[in-house]
Amino acid sequence: MSVVWIKNGRVIDPANQRDEIGDVYAVDGKIVESLSSQQKQQAETFDAQGLTVSPGFIDLHCHLREPGDRHKETIASGSRAAAKGGFTTVLCMSNTKPPADSVGAIRQIVDLIDRDSIINVLPTGCLTMNREGKALAPIGSLKQAGAVAISDGGHCVQNNEIMRRGVEYASMFDLVVLDHCEDANQTDGCVMNEGLWALRLGLRGMPSAAEDIMVSRNVILSSHYGARIHLQHISSAYAVDVIRRAKQRGVKITAEATPHHISLTEASLKDYNTSFKVVPPLRTEADRQALIEGLMDGTIDCIATAHAPHTEIEKDKEFDYAPFGMNGLETALSVCLDTLVRSKLVDLSTLIGYLTHRAAAVLNLDCGTLSPGTSADVTIFDPEESWQVTPDTLASLSHNSPWLNLTLRGKVKATYYAGKRVYPFAD
Amino acid sequence: MSTEPEWNRKDLVGIEDLSREELEMIYAKAEELKPTLKRSQKKQPILRGYTVVNLFMEPSTRTRLAFEIAATRLSADVITVSGNASSLVKGESLRDTAMNIQALNADIIIMRHSAAGSARYLSRCIDIPVINAGDGAHEHPTQALLDTFTLREKLGKDLRGVKVTILGDILFSRVARSNIWALRKLGAEVTLAGPSTLVPKQFEHFGVTVIHDLREALRDADAVMLLRIQHERQSSTHFPSLGEYTSMFGLNEKRANWLKPGAIIMHPGPINRGVELDSVLADSKRSVILEQVTNGIAVRMAVLYLCAHYAAKHRLA
Repeated sequence: MSVVWIKNGRVIDPANQRDEIGDVYAVDGKIVESLSSQQKQQAETFDAQGLTVSPGFIDLHCHLREPGDRHKETIASGSRAAAKGGFTTVLCMSNTKPPADSVGAIRQIVDLIDRDSIINVLPTGCLTMNREGKALAPIGSLKQAGAVAISDGGHCVQNNEIMRRGVEYASMFDLVVLDHCEDANQTDGCVMNEGLWALRLGLRGMPSAAEDIMVSRNVILSSHYGARIHLQHISSAYAVDVIRRAKQRGVKITAEATPHHISLTEASLKDYNTSFKVVPPLRTEADRQALIEGLMDGTIDCIATAHAPHTEIEKDKEFDYAPFGMNGLETALSVCLDTLVRSKLVDLSTLIGYLTHRAAAVLNLDCGTLSPGTSADVTIFDPEESWQVTPDTLASLSHNSPWLNLTLRGKVKATYYAGKRVYPFAD
Repeated sequence: MSTEPEWNRKDLVGIEDLSREELEMIYAKAEELKPTLKRSQKKQPILRGYTVVNLFMEPSTRTRLAFEIAATRLSADVITVSGNASSLVKGESLRDTAMNIQALNADIIIMRHSAAGSARYLSRCIDIPVINAGDGAHEHPTQALLDTFTLREKLGKDLRGVKVTILGDILFSRVARSNIWALRKLGAEVTLAGPSTLVPKQFEHFGVTVIHDLREALRDADAVMLLRIQHERQSSTHFPSLGEYTSMFGLNEKRANWLKPGAIIMHPGPINRGVELDSVLADSKRSVILEQVTNGIAVRMAVLYLCAHYAAKHRLA
């Protein structure tokens, strides 16, 4: 019998409206209400005085790159980065090499997870073969092999007929389709947001209309066919408004926003720093504000990192030639604390909700709370402690963070997954 | 006691970074050097012993030649490397290429590149001066310098209140961007004209006026700068066809009559004769196009001199 006793922390469990100084207990990997005196004697204890104790964070959107791009990240390194960032459940995207469009590919990812992951990594299967948007992938078989959601990971199906059949088919298996909303015709050759900064820098701009049109398309498909579509990394104010109105009409659509889109704008690109090159692109201050409002009124369901590791060599290029994407698992908490909590827009409990049970609800995952009987996934952090983002402090294999070399506030002190301490790392 | 203003830049990456005083320093040096172009003995011993590398990743005739001639006039050794003959086609990174050029004891790199921001990137990779000969749609600073130098010769050194219309493909144009910054810093009034898909209204945030009516755009102009329609850069969606462009925005003899009598016509080249500019006008009295080309040597000599002088003073090579 393994027993864990986390003592005297500020326990915040938003799903259960709990916010108090207290203890959290786990026996054999599950949360329990209390410990017997005998269990207390044999418990592994953690003194959380002065720290915040919350359900383990959930990330519905990260790229762990394995198989195929092990130089950027692996299941092992990515799961460590997640644990260090306080995440105990992450959804890895299907854009691996080969893509996760076959039973064999999903089985390989499941085997890698079983072998190498220190947290709960859940695989995503492709919506279309080779993520090309032309022919549907074997969605039912992918689910049987272990996929918990369906997505073309970084590609948006452009053909509306294929998308319609895909979401309709996936809904038969209760699978949510996660879509990267981008009208590719409007973004071909583009590297940043369309607007003043693109004009100034001479870089090709992606209009927010490219996102807004696909968000609207997905709202329409979800509405007509009752299919569950989750809109990934929403970045535009207009899209937030489209989602808000759809939800008011009862459309079963969900959405996420990333730490970088709620904290940064296109002005960050002024020096052509490729660490800020991401898709959808960083947009305007008005867009950033609208995303935060969307989170606060429930239009946007949760925060997801869109963790997209790339090596320094890949990013150290002319801006046009560098790949899109930012490292995000380990900086998410600090950035969100700054952007949302220290700015007094939301309280700490609300932020934890964005990172836990609200994300779980999107995929109906049985985690994200400290309810007795659930997996003992617990994150313990100091909201005030500072740390410097450096290649040495990041567990990820890649260091393409827009916050590299900056000091951030808010540090994870320990992460428990299924009652086992996975951070600080055992080795 | 007045002290001579001092050039404090290793690189020339863009006009946006420069102050008005820095622009004036370049014009003053170019004015001083221009008469030497007419001498039978044209060489000045100013950069004797220097090695200047022209790294041209995109095709160019005028700019490359003008830089070569400018550096040669200053007695520097000039080596031109074009993109398709360099190791970049073998997959070498720009950083590695540049560091190797520096290791070969080059003193200055002049670069033309298709990616916006690449000149700034290069300037951070290496210690020796980098002169931007055009980076994507971002900037082409020496073109704006020679354009404004020519305007000062033709319309007077004080360009405050002078009205300049830039006509054509502004969206994809580094020449337009550099000229907007230069002309605004010198106090000129800038109008951008052309189809709405190539001249978005948002440019007005940079202190210029956007007009889609050609007659109105030409009426008050003291100078009109034409830009080449860069059909190789844009996707097919920005305007219907070259023929449609010419019929709506091409400058021909009839439309030139909408200009004021003394207004001049400029073009950075290469001209698509009969597309954005009628052939007769290109060779007319209004045209200062070939004078622009000649002035391109003088301003590039000035820029090479100033950056090399800065580097020598700070022992950067």
